[in-house]
Amino acid sequence: MHGRGGQGVVTAAEMLSVAAFLEGRHAQAFPSFGSERTGAPVVAFCRISDTEIRLREPIMEPDCLIVQDPTLFKAIDVFGGLRPRGYLLLNTNRSFADLHIDNVAANLPAGHAVEVAASEVAMKHVRRPLPNAALLGAFAALTGLVHLDSVQKAIEQTFAGKIGAANVAAALEAYTIVAARSSADATV
Amino acid sequence: MLKQIEGSHAMAEAIALCRPEVICAYPITPQTHIVEGLGDLVREGALQNCEFINVESEFAALSVAIGASAAGARAYTATASQGLLYMAEAVYNASGLGLPIVMTLGNRAIGAPINIWNDHSDAMSMRDAGWIQLFAETNQEAVDLHIIAFKLAEELSMPTMVCVDGFILTHAMERVDIPDQAQVDAYLPPFEPVQVLDPAEPVSIGAMVGPEAFTEVRFLGHYKQTQALSLIGTYSAEFKQAFGRDSGGLLRGYRAEDAEMLIVAMGSVCGTIKDVIDEMREEGIAIGLVTIVSYRPFPTDELRGVLAGAKDVVVVEKAIAPGLGGPLANNVDMALRNLPKSPRLHSAVAGLGGRPITKASLHALFRRATVQPWEGTHFLDLNAVVVSREIHGSRKKRRSGPTAENILRRLAETPTQAAE
Repeated sequence: MHGRGGQGVVTAAEMLSVAAFLEGRHAQAFPSFGSERTGAPVVAFCRISDTEIRLREPIMEPDCLIVQDPTLFKAIDVFGGLRPRGYLLLNTNRSFADLHIDNVAANLPAGHAVEVAASEVAMKHVRRPLPNAALLGAFAALTGLVHLDSVQKAIEQTFAGKIGAANVAAALEAYTIVAARSSADATV
Repeated sequence: MLKQIEGSHAMAEAIALCRPEVICAYPITPQTHIVEGLGDLVREGALQNCEFINVESEFAALSVAIGASAAGARAYTATASQGLLYMAEAVYNASGLGLPIVMTLGNRAIGAPINIWNDHSDAMSMRDAGWIQLFAETNQEAVDLHIIAFKLAEELSMPTMVCVDGFILTHAMERVDIPDQAQVDAYLPPFEPVQVLDPAEPVSIGAMVGPEAFTEVRFLGHYKQTQALSLIGTYSAEFKQAFGRDSGGLLRGYRAEDAEMLIVAMGSVCGTIKDVIDEMREEGIAIGLVTIVSYRPFPTDELRGVLAGAKDVVVVEKAIAPGLGGPLANNVDMALRNLPKSPRLHSAVAGLGGRPITKASLHALFRRATVQPWEGTHFLDLNAVVVSREIHGSRKKRRSGPTAENILRRLAETPTQAAE
């Protein structure tokens, strides 16, 4: 997961690991360690497995990539190592073509690369441009690796009360957007 | 109870279950979330009968723990990196006085150059201070080792450091089984000090000792470490009986029985090494791992027993003793001494200042140990191009400038040069 300091990238990886844990799986979430500064590029990782996870190296060839900030790939190579059959989830209100990265999307299997305007979804529900929870909802719809209700429970465990509920709503809306797109793709 | 939890918070919960009575905290970088988590537990009332004392420095943190322990309280603190160096004088005092403080060390590099990331330099800087030093492989083991550490420290009246890889474990969220209070209470008896500042029975602790007695006091410190060699095994076995899982011990073998090549390592890198071993075993290579849990006391005899049958021993460690090589390799060498048919020892230094230790690099390293063994200390993934340019540059020009800045500049100049 790539993002910028302050966007909740580390929290997103942790929430995803909690969602997987709630489904009885092993999960390991960890940040790319550095001096945390608001706005600086941040990477966080999450491994999910049915067996104990012993590996401690950073994930260099991800199966799934979540990019929380579409300006990042001007600064760093966020797509490096993404596996040929991997998934790409990008937070943007523009298209891959607009961003000149349609070649990245085209190299992945059909339906594996999705843009979603998660910051806008977050603004609507959470009233702050914190796209992490919404992106996890979208991630559940895109990959099916975790269920939406596990994601929602993980969000509730992380954020109490109203903020939790707002983030849960954001996750649901982003999930619905991506699920609708996937079913539209499937009928084409 | 199984939880998906950050390492630091899991340790905070485990330490709270040990009912510490005084926690000294200097919660500023370099630190972990452990004392912060404990502070929350004290404030919320979840941890009762505990003084949480904010102090003005790491030196004060351990000094207050020393005072508290001398007054008969179960005392705890945590630190990392430069923080440990700043409390160095008190580290030696705690062990010299024989006070059973438990301290977490969230292992990190020591500057200069400034670096906040993980390696074992900090632990190595205090390896001769007289503390027991236990290294955790996972966050589960980090939790368990703290519970064992209080029992061990208090039985021997000797301070114990639980070394946990900074960031890699302390900041990782993973599955941890947190014991319940009744389990920990049954395992860990209340603290019964062997020496205590008590107005009813006054004593002084910390006498000046001249040449006539200093050797004897030091001998007894060493003697207690040798006692720890057997107690660590006993308490880890008792832990397994009470909690149902293997944690601690002096050392642990993994696929070691029939191995011709044995890797020796400490801490979280052992997990990655196990994955590499499984992959190499698939290819028919007889390779295994020995995880050192207890670095002080060093389990020389046990290690000799495990390593005796191997042809090659590769030590992978996250520290360098400049001018000597790897400190762990040096200790392993001691265990191999006088064996009738000693395995070949290969020393590798890896993961300094937070450099990731990857499976790919370990595969190459372990293969190289048999086909192309190296002399001395091998620096895993060293960028030889940048290093040789710097050496060459400093020979050509007297005022060659600061090393760290030069290396950063050369790296920026050669972005495509991959590590050797």
